[in-house]
Amino acid sequence: MVSLSPGAVAAPQGSDRATRARQMHLWLSLLLLVTSIVSLAYGASGASLWDALGKLLTGQPLSQMEQIVLWDIRLPRVFLGICVGAALAVSGAVMQGLFRNPLADPGIVGVSAGAGLGAISAIVLGAFLPLGLQALVGDFLVPVAAFLGSWASVLILYRVATRRGRTSVATMLLAGIALAALSGAVSGLLVYAADDRQLRDLTFWGLGSLAGAVWVKVWVAAPVILFATLVAVRLGHGLNGLALGEAAAHHMGIPVQRMKNAAILAVAAATGMAVAVSGGIGFIGIVVPHLLRLATGPEHGALLINSALLGASLLLGADVISRMVIAPAELPIGIVTAVLGAPVFLWILLRRRGLVDL
Amino acid sequence: MASAAPGQEQSKDRVLALGGSVTEIIYALGEEDRLIARDATSTYPPEAEALPDVGYMRSLSPEGVLSVGPSLIIAEEGAGPPEAIDVLHSAEVAFVTVPDSYSADGISEKIRTVGEALDVEDKANALADQVEGALSDAQIAAVERAGESRKRVLFILSTQGGRIMASGTGTAADGIIQMAGGTNAITEFTGYKPLTDEAVAAAAPDLILMMDRTGDHGAPDDELFALPALRTTPAAQTQSVVRMNGLYLLGFGPRTAQAVTDLSTALYGS
Repeated sequence: MVSLSPGAVAAPQGSDRATRARQMHLWLSLLLLVTSIVSLAYGASGASLWDALGKLLTGQPLSQMEQIVLWDIRLPRVFLGICVGAALAVSGAVMQGLFRNPLADPGIVGVSAGAGLGAISAIVLGAFLPLGLQALVGDFLVPVAAFLGSWASVLILYRVATRRGRTSVATMLLAGIALAALSGAVSGLLVYAADDRQLRDLTFWGLGSLAGAVWVKVWVAAPVILFATLVAVRLGHGLNGLALGEAAAHHMGIPVQRMKNAAILAVAAATGMAVAVSGGIGFIGIVVPHLLRLATGPEHGALLINSALLGASLLLGADVISRMVIAPAELPIGIVTAVLGAPVFLWILLRRRGLVDL
Repeated sequence: MASAAPGQEQSKDRVLALGGSVTEIIYALGEEDRLIARDATSTYPPEAEALPDVGYMRSLSPEGVLSVGPSLIIAEEGAGPPEAIDVLHSAEVAFVTVPDSYSADGISEKIRTVGEALDVEDKANALADQVEGALSDAQIAAVERAGESRKRVLFILSTQGGRIMASGTGTAADGIIQMAGGTNAITEFTGYKPLTDEAVAAAAPDLILMMDRTGDHGAPDDELFALPALRTTPAAQTQSVVRMNGLYLLGFGPRTAQAVTDLSTALYGS
């Protein structure tokens, strides 16, 4: 419905593309369904989803192993993978629209770095918290700290980049770079203070993983990410207008400043939560929107929904690979997304420059 | 003497070992038949490497661990992440944590804990006594060799980019250096930290101790002593560097007495 509104950028060959983009919703939903089932069906233990479903249908009880593997290990992992993949891809798409820069990514405005700093602080300094406080937050310590980190970076970014209610995107981009550097430096300081066990935790955390998926994390992450994604999807019209320039968007009746605020807060929430529950997972945010723009054009209403669907599917796929390749051990998923994503990204860049014709 | 009741026996006969020293102890106790899998740090004895590897002990995947079907997990302190351990608890897999401390007492404590977990206390007590005896012999011999002047030893974890990452106090490296009759050249901090060139020069080590890695982070001796930080040290003048297998040197398991003797011989001659 968003894409039917008058401001939608239906490029010259557009209406055709817009239809395809909406048809794409269906195909990507199917893809997500398939990857979810694959992700639920395969794992190191060989516990069978089909046997379990058969038992459920005939009213037999599940074995304890089936219950734990399917219900406590794989299912929360599927949900968390969907949340994180969607959050990263949608955040990437929103940032790229907001900055009108195809290379923008939550990483660029320092949001990921801020979230990372929060998480690292929690890992290294958690033990120094006054006793009651650590017990109170318990397992939530790292996610909460990461979330606060991303939030704080957005607030600082705002103070720096907003003058008289107007946000300068260029200033924000530069401030983001400075913030990322500062977060990196403070993280470095904490790494220096860490003992060797914490150092190893940090290394693995930086590579990203869905292995820590438990229901609690799903309950914490899913509502935040779902809400942020819905907010982002509703920004489609505004982002389309913004593609023509701020003045044009303003004349089209888009409340530009309010829209930018909403976009930035949505990205902060989604990215902060994704980083908090899964560590550093790269390339989803930058590759997914690119691929979709190549296939169905730049109209944001459809692009954002498709990004969520494709991001979730790709992350689930990468997760299946990460836990199957060296089973019973597991590869950090950040390695898989980088190995798959970097060449695709390079291919997109070459294609844009007309260097390959594929 | 694994003659517990059949039922009990069955519940502890599929053992997953997490941590190189735990695996070594299980072999030393002659209980390796019960081992079904190991972690990435369990590389000794060589036979252990034939067992399925569930990955690095601090980043375990719960399903990977369950897939090998353990009934008992014996883990060095620090196995994780906590979420994975929680899942294993809910799957009712027995989980025993073996405390880690870098001293002779620490080793016998480890052996007794592993023995208790496996219901072979008698064998474990015998092994612990034997290891304690060997260790105290090795330490006495080391102190005798050292005599009046204890040599200063610098343990270097890595020299990446010419930056020396060295061991302060409270580490396995610090523990083994002291047991071998040496003095840790760095006592200003705990854990492993990068050092400035000047600090290395000021520490004036008589000998450099490193891990002998198959992959090769370890630079050849010439390159090592060509580093500006090391060029002025007594160790460089005598080209004194000792490289040992990491698990052997830092594992604090049944082979540590031998490692102490090796290191002390390298320091003071036999």
